[in-house]
Amino acid sequence: MEAKKHKFRDTDMQAVIGWVLRVGVIVSISIVIFGGLIYLFRHGEEAPNHRKFTQLPDFVKLGGIIKGILDFHGRSIIQAGIILLIATPILRIVFSTISFVLEKDRLYILISLLVLFIIFISSISGHIS
Amino acid sequence: MSVLVFTLIILIGSCFAGFLGSLTGLGGGFVIIPLLTVILHVDIHYAIGASLVSIIATSSGSAAAYVKEGITNMRLGMFLEIATTAGAVTGAMVAIYIPTHFLAVILGVILIASAFLSLRKKVQQAAAPNPWAEKLKLNGSYPGDDGTINYSVSHVAGGFITMIFAGVLSGLLGIGSGALKVLAMDSIMKVPFKVSTTTSNFMIGVTGAASAVVYLQRGYIEPAISMPVVVGVLAGALLGSKILIKSKSSGWMRWVFVIVVVALASQLIYNGITGKI
Repeated sequence: MEAKKHKFRDTDMQAVIGWVLRVGVIVSISIVIFGGLIYLFRHGEEAPNHRKFTQLPDFVKLGGIIKGILDFHGRSIIQAGIILLIATPILRIVFSTISFVLEKDRLYILISLLVLFIIFISSISGHIS
Repeated sequence: MSVLVFTLIILIGSCFAGFLGSLTGLGGGFVIIPLLTVILHVDIHYAIGASLVSIIATSSGSAAAYVKEGITNMRLGMFLEIATTAGAVTGAMVAIYIPTHFLAVILGVILIASAFLSLRKKVQQAAAPNPWAEKLKLNGSYPGDDGTINYSVSHVAGGFITMIFAGVLSGLLGIGSGALKVLAMDSIMKVPFKVSTTTSNFMIGVTGAASAVVYLQRGYIEPAISMPVVVGVLAGALLGSKILIKSKSSGWMRWVFVIVVVALASQLIYNGITGKI
């Protein structure tokens, strides 16, 4: 029972956060590479066209991504990996918040929640306009 | 040119960008955006989106290593992230309404300025005690060669405001604005160099994510472009960090970097002014 009473310290938090970041990057990049290979295999011979932004693709919306993955579309799989990559630093803040809770650092619980709130507002901004 | 060739060119260019960015500590975004827009004629919004994704990858990858060493000041980082994320969201939302040729000119100017900023001689100054630093628990310590080194942080308000600006630039242009972040911490807040560089790197991922979610919803993060960029930049950065451990003399590399950035950025400005972008 003694081990459970071990007080949560900054060094523990650093170990956890380091782990979250590493796993997040490795997993998401693996997905991106996997999707990339499928994309190149299926579309490698076509002519690229990215000169001008034209329209919103299907995989912007979650439903579109899931459908694309089920259809084995390379670009949708890449996009899923990219979303996971973008989520990695956000996940890092979530873990920081948890460790501030364990440390009972009220000020920093508030500060991390504020950062999460700003990112949340940002992530729903597109649906407002 | 087929998709395969196009992807391979971006992959090689990104690897080179990540390598230079890692050796100089400025990040891959600097070389990758002009490379995509000027040489490969990719829409600048796609280039910014891809660059944002790559800076999140390199920042998170290297932060994982630094955080474990206990050099990063996580409270300072978290506090300043309020400023950088708020700035980044604003920048990303504004970027959508700015004409692309205008964006190209701003980006070119900022890239050149930051490249030269990276060449400046660093002089460590002692921090004056700051009541806010005390209240916000920003003063910290890190493992030095002869035991733990304690330090304090000054000019909290000045540093915070500069970070808002760094965030806006990051959201607007898709760069990590690491040069400005480090400048804010070194010169204004008087944080030790080791701490300022690792803490800045730690913050870049979150700042990038705050703007990336905006770009993502607008469809500006194109998988076909982001894929070779993120893989290439990360591979280049890994290679760079391996070499960095072996040799400490990156003085001439900085010059190579500055020359590459200035050459690409001037092209970007030229194309912006003549309306080619």
